[in-house]
Amino acid sequence: MTATKTPHADPAERKTTYREALREALRDALRADDRVFLMGEDVGRYGGCFGVSLGLLEEFGPDRIRDTPLSESAFVGAGIGAALGGLRPIVEIMTVNFSLLALDQILNNAATLLHMSGGQLPVPIVIRMTTGAGRQLGAQHSHSLEGWYAHIPGLRVLAPATIADARHLLAPALADPDPVLIFEHGGLYNTSGDLPADAGPVGLGQAAVRRPGTDVSLITYGGSLPKALTAADELAGGGISAEVVDLRSLRPLDDATISDSVARTHHAVVVDEAWRSGSLSAEISARLTEHNFYDLDAPVERVCSAEVPMPYARRLEEAALPQPGTIVAAARRAVGDAPDDGRAD
Amino acid sequence: MSTTRTPRASASRSRSRSRPDRQAAHRRDLLHGMLRVRRFEERCVELYSEARIRGFMHLCIGEEAVAVGVTEALTADDAVVSTYREHGHALARGVPADAVMAEMFGKVTGCSRGRGGSMHLFDAGRRFYGGNAIVGGGLPLAAGLALADRMTGRPRVTCCFFGDGAFAEGEFHETANLAALWGLPVLFVCENNLYAMGTALSRHQAQTDLALRAAAYGMVSWAVDGMDAAAVEDAARRAVEGVRAGSGPHFLEMRTYRFRAHSMYDSDRYRDKAEIERWRERDPVELLARLMRERGELPDETLTGLEDEVRAEIDDAVRAAEQAPEEPVEDLLTYVTSPPAEVNRP
Amino acid sequence: MAEFTMPSLGADMDEGVLQEWLVAPGDRVGKGDAVAVVETDKAAIEVECFTSGTVGRLLVEPGTRVPVGTPLALIDTAQAPAAQAAEKPTAEARAPGARTTRTRGTGGAGAARKGRAETPAGRAAVHARVRAPKAAAVPEGLPAPEPTEKAAPPPPSAPPSPPPAPAPPSPPSAAGEPAAAVGPLVRHLADGLGVDLGSVHGSGPGGRVTRADVAQAARPAPARRRVTPYARRLARDLGVDLEGVHGTGDGGAVRAADVRAAARAAQAAPERSRPAVPVRARDGGHVPAAEAAAVSGEGARDDGRQREDAMRRAIGELMSRSKREIPHYYLSTVIDLAPAQEWMHRRNRGRPPSARLVTAALLLKAAALAAREVPQLNGHWQDGAFTPGTGVHLGVAVSLRGGGLLTPVIHDADTLTPEDLMATLKDLVRRARQGRLRGSELSGATLTVTSLGEQGVEAVFGVIHPPQVALVGFGAVVERPWAVGGLLGVHPVVTATLSGDHRATDGAIGARYLTAVDRLLHEPGDMPGSTIEERE
Repeated sequence: MTATKTPHADPAERKTTYREALREALRDALRADDRVFLMGEDVGRYGGCFGVSLGLLEEFGPDRIRDTPLSESAFVGAGIGAALGGLRPIVEIMTVNFSLLALDQILNNAATLLHMSGGQLPVPIVIRMTTGAGRQLGAQHSHSLEGWYAHIPGLRVLAPATIADARHLLAPALADPDPVLIFEHGGLYNTSGDLPADAGPVGLGQAAVRRPGTDVSLITYGGSLPKALTAADELAGGGISAEVVDLRSLRPLDDATISDSVARTHHAVVVDEAWRSGSLSAEISARLTEHNFYDLDAPVERVCSAEVPMPYARRLEEAALPQPGTIVAAARRAVGDAPDDGRAD
Repeated sequence: MSTTRTPRASASRSRSRSRPDRQAAHRRDLLHGMLRVRRFEERCVELYSEARIRGFMHLCIGEEAVAVGVTEALTADDAVVSTYREHGHALARGVPADAVMAEMFGKVTGCSRGRGGSMHLFDAGRRFYGGNAIVGGGLPLAAGLALADRMTGRPRVTCCFFGDGAFAEGEFHETANLAALWGLPVLFVCENNLYAMGTALSRHQAQTDLALRAAAYGMVSWAVDGMDAAAVEDAARRAVEGVRAGSGPHFLEMRTYRFRAHSMYDSDRYRDKAEIERWRERDPVELLARLMRERGELPDETLTGLEDEVRAEIDDAVRAAEQAPEEPVEDLLTYVTSPPAEVNRP
Repeated sequence: MAEFTMPSLGADMDEGVLQEWLVAPGDRVGKGDAVAVVETDKAAIEVECFTSGTVGRLLVEPGTRVPVGTPLALIDTAQAPAAQAAEKPTAEARAPGARTTRTRGTGGAGAARKGRAETPAGRAAVHARVRAPKAAAVPEGLPAPEPTEKAAPPPPSAPPSPPPAPAPPSPPSAAGEPAAAVGPLVRHLADGLGVDLGSVHGSGPGGRVTRADVAQAARPAPARRRVTPYARRLARDLGVDLEGVHGTGDGGAVRAADVRAAARAAQAAPERSRPAVPVRARDGGHVPAAEAAAVSGEGARDDGRQREDAMRRAIGELMSRSKREIPHYYLSTVIDLAPAQEWMHRRNRGRPPSARLVTAALLLKAAALAAREVPQLNGHWQDGAFTPGTGVHLGVAVSLRGGGLLTPVIHDADTLTPEDLMATLKDLVRRARQGRLRGSELSGATLTVTSLGEQGVEAVFGVIHPPQVALVGFGAVVERPWAVGGLLGVHPVVTATLSGDHRATDGAIGARYLTAVDRLLHEPGDMPGSTIEERE
């Protein structure tokens, strides 16, 4: 039922933004399958808090572009119920901080119904939400709590970081019979770039190597990907070849790609905008010791946010977040001052 | 306010045209249904005491009229969303007694393959959506099921049971608003047994007239004598009719009482024993049986016959549950996510 | 001086691999300090010393598997007078050199052969190092060191690089000092904690081991040297000894780059300098106890003697075990080598001397092929049953110039041509003496061959290396009057012997083996791999 081909696809690459790519993906999905509808706070007349769904109301009407009251628990739960009732809801939550108001529904229903019912009730819902800091929005609009969701069995958690993924992760997410959470970093909406014409639907659960390298693996996702790529450029200038791994799927984690990268580079830096303690970065670090212990030539480095509620002041917020400079420093620590030039193995 | 009715006001209207023997037969069915729930739960008490059933188990003894009466008003296409005190709802909905009992035993033949237990009974085929052990947690789900029906034009009703405790939860108010706002075909059935676990209604709600408050959301609302199966059924039929006719969600406050503890055993320190005895005088099973006797519809052999039938069914259910296999441990992780074959990977 | 010995870390531990030194010569150590990491079958465990003092020489290189009780290091206890009492000259040190004795015996295990051999090469080595004359101290029946290369280069002058720095010579310490009295309670405690009482320093009256001593001995050791997991793995793969590697990582941690640098340095190092890459033994393989000799034979002079002592002790342990556990039987036959030499002469025609086949290669080839014919002798005796080898992997006894011996393994020897066998043998001997064998080249032998011909003896009845079940011996090729078809002539002959494990086989099987060797040597051209003439 879901579309795999965009009607707008030009033969060649074309310029677009992350936001527009998301919108195109929504439009495609709504056109391809009349079971699909979008529901959330201000997704309709307002056009979406971040403008993602701008114009969709006009095309699909208020039934399928459905504004909701500020009742996260009710409309997320209603999305779950609608999924049980045979529809394919896409529920938008403004920010991950707000999603806590619906945490009961996401954890106690979406993630558990299939299991509690002994396999009778799959919940094919897609829940999109904004995550992350960097826009001076303070401590209640800026956190990165996707790692919490990645803790929960029964959920699939995605973090598109590129325009191509913004464009192509939605269709497979809708096709998945289980609940899928999509985290869109607020700092990415305005990023523009080329959408490769040959980019197609993405396999769920697969990480991507965004830049190959040989000396150190920068393992990251979402809003930290551009920072890691910038750091990799800088490292290259210093003679360190950094591989950048974009997790894309935070649950399940693509152990094979992560492990394979570190097996080659022997040094790992995990970049995660969430807090360090009890985080996804901790999980990846733990898995590296489980899977790659004998490959590691240095302790796994982590670059995370400072453990404070996100401050408003620009300088403070910048200092609290992973930055290319801190990533570079961590990578240098990992590989040592004299990068290993031997390739004996 | 104008939509609020007293239980008396909702008394029989539609059934008056039925022939007396049909009415009698229907009463016998109601009695059978309630006896079935009552005896089933009484057996559960024994089994729990023998540690053959474990975990939390919440009994609805005293509230059978609500389960049986409301379910009578539903069709097979309608949906039921329930709470953790749902044995009666499940049995009345037609979930087989042996599947429910096997679930209590944690067996693979249980209606949730042993993964749910007493609090999480499911039967997708009968559109019985559990079994929700988060107070208020099932309400948004019911709204969503109803939304799906609304958006696809299916003339179905989603019946959502919840307790008076849920009235304190935001999820009730969010959902009531959403359902009324969108005109969703939901039947809200509040089983007001006067206690949110051990906290009396008057100790957790400023305004204890729940039907009145539900009406404030713009829903048609009644309060019903929840100990009178016929009254319950009658009210439910009228409400379902209204919902199906497209006049949006309806709300029924079922005034009822549980005779036993919140969970299996508690010290009842939070309520007066005399209060329990007062309510026992309105035991829904006794109430209906008394009426039937008065009408000459319940000779002793009929009651004995019903009891025998029920006992045999429960005996069979227990026997089957005891003999049923357990889910192999190797299957521990199945049903966490859908089988890979169902996951469409491009 | 006190000895730090390989401890028993469990009731079932007979030997352990010294994985890593945590101290260097000159370090001050206290009682209870972790000084080394020992790898047992179960885990790598930090082991502590039970004396206080200054670390003297390290006797065993990392990667070496040695029996429990083998001295691993010396600790100068000048500050700790209590330990001085332990010092006394060892029996080995005072043992007089024994004369070479030609022995031709077919007797059983009871037949006493008191002969001890001090090999010419061994003597040369000893003299070159200006050491006190020392007995080769070959245990009964053990094949003595046997240099395969006749013209062994003179021992190098061994510059002491890299460290450890030489310490002043001191007399070897006691190998087996009598255990101090230990009460049953203490013994029970030690058993429970897996503490080897022999290595516990007694602090009670008269050196008595107290419960506190045992508790101290069982206490976990402090943090060990920092080596990244990958560097550790890499070191194992490249055969690099981490002990000598300078760490450039955080807190001096050894990183992969450091290991690679060390490996490159070792490759670039001249032959005569002490190799920075000593032999590593892989765990799991059955490596002879004599692998204690895996220490660099060209090490600092002062270390050599201690190592030899350790080696003697290790050889002693293994051979004792063999003689204790294995009921040996012995067979002997004299083989006419005239046809073989004729064939070899033809084959060597036109070849430069360096490429010419030598008799030893042919003997090895025959021994390997015969093992294929009589598989009952090729394999291991384990857990009360014989497990045939997956191939014919010949262990070849190689003497070390510093004394002692190693038995590197020629894997699948039966499939190699005599030429390849000879090349492999030469390479193994050379690298064994340089301490550059890989662990895999020291493990997995299914049958061992020893050849003492070049030492002039006519027959050798060796001691089987457990868990193998046989040992083949070749003596010197000598000219003897020999009758063929009633005609008497002078023929080159060799005495081939077989020591067999009577648990695994009987004499008849052994006889079949020696007969096969005889037949193969009579028809060398028929041996697989020997038919291609004039291979270049």
